[in-house]
Amino acid sequence: MINISAKNVDFYYGDFHALKNINLDIEKNSVTAFIGPSGCGKSTFLRLLNRMNDLIDGTKLVGDIVIDNENIYSRQTEVVELRKKVGMVFQKPNPFPKSIFENVAYGLRVNGIRDNKFIEHRVEESLKGAALWDEVKDKLKKSAFELSGGQQQRLCIARTMAVQPQIILMDEPASALDPISTSKVEDLIYELKKDFTIVIVTHNMQQAARVSDKTAFFYLGELIEFDKTDKIFTAPSNEATQNYVTGRFG
Amino acid sequence: MKHAEESIKNIKKALAEMWVLVEGQIDKAGQALLENNKDYANDVIIREKLVICYELIIYRECVNFFALLTPVAVDLRLILSVVKINNNLERIGDFAEGISRFVAEDKLNKITPQMKEELRLEQMLSEVSDMLSLCKHALANEDTTVASKVFAKDNKVDEIYWESLELLSKYIKENTDVLPDALNLNAAIRRIERIGDRCSNIAEDIVFYVEAKVLKHIHKKEE
Repeated sequence: MINISAKNVDFYYGDFHALKNINLDIEKNSVTAFIGPSGCGKSTFLRLLNRMNDLIDGTKLVGDIVIDNENIYSRQTEVVELRKKVGMVFQKPNPFPKSIFENVAYGLRVNGIRDNKFIEHRVEESLKGAALWDEVKDKLKKSAFELSGGQQQRLCIARTMAVQPQIILMDEPASALDPISTSKVEDLIYELKKDFTIVIVTHNMQQAARVSDKTAFFYLGELIEFDKTDKIFTAPSNEATQNYVTGRFG
Repeated sequence: MKHAEESIKNIKKALAEMWVLVEGQIDKAGQALLENNKDYANDVIIREKLVICYELIIYRECVNFFALLTPVAVDLRLILSVVKINNNLERIGDFAEGISRFVAEDKLNKITPQMKEELRLEQMLSEVSDMLSLCKHALANEDTTVASKVFAKDNKVDEIYWESLELLSKYIKENTDVLPDALNLNAAIRRIERIGDRCSNIAEDIVFYVEAKVLKHIHKKEE
């Protein structure tokens, strides 16, 4: 079942043509990895999926991005509602200067939920879902900044999960983490696809190979190849993809 | 990527050297069999240790490549293929040694040159030697068109093998005193036939490396 569909998408930063005629369908409850050298457009495309690029002046989008049969760039789309549906986790863990509990509860509170029992239940559920509960259940009132980098990143994932999005976008979510924390985040991504559609940007080829079902290779603003991950990493159809995944350019 | 490219270059170089060595082993084992020449046979037996050394070196290089460089795409296919080709070459070396042992241990003394001619041993040996040579060029030039030639030659080798079984049965019936030597010869011929099979496996591995196609068990069905 298709969850996200990009049709003839072109995107410009002023005069710079950052994305060129991107067509891509992402299935529900799958993990899709975007790979490509720096400046290829993969993060730009990721940010288009929850309209993060709206915040940048002078940008222009041509084409359609459809999520659950709704063009998210139509005038009727409520951006706040869209971002509830499409959550985002960034490269650097960015917990709020609040307690661990309040970080996860934050999204619920700003959405007007006042029922404390419900909030407590959702916080626990989200922390368990992010594989962090056992590590923090006895110090929920402590500052989120007391957690390690890997724990902070999982806290950010829990915070995203708390508002129950359908889709989670991850922009290099493990690039600032040590190997153990990276492994935990990767395991989490694998688990999360049961409930969410996940799109991840990564520069780590092995991470893309380990966590994703499908991989999209971007180069110079174009989508060069999009296929099952095992195909991309064993027998890519395009020579440029092969050269990139084997480290021969990029 | 210099590390990976250098490792690939070293692995290919070692494999090419092993290949030349194994080709020499087949040719010499064949000559030993055809001429019942114990000197040639002993040469093959001694040099088998060198084949084993190459196998171990190449295998270790491949394990290191997987562990340190996590190959993907064409590199992954190459290293996977090299692991299998390395194993096939080592087994071919074993077969050459096995054939040579029958000669070195005087187990074929009662087999006449005429009998060997009737069994078409020279042709069989020439076919498997060609197969191995074709595979070597196919890998060096990444040319998969030779795979079908290798498979055709394997069929020819199989045909000679089955004919040899009938001829040997007949020979044994007529000359019961040569029974042990004839059985030994049958075992040696079986080894030549197995060399052909291993060459076909190598051709399949090369097609996998170059074209990412798995031919295993397919070409046999088509024939």
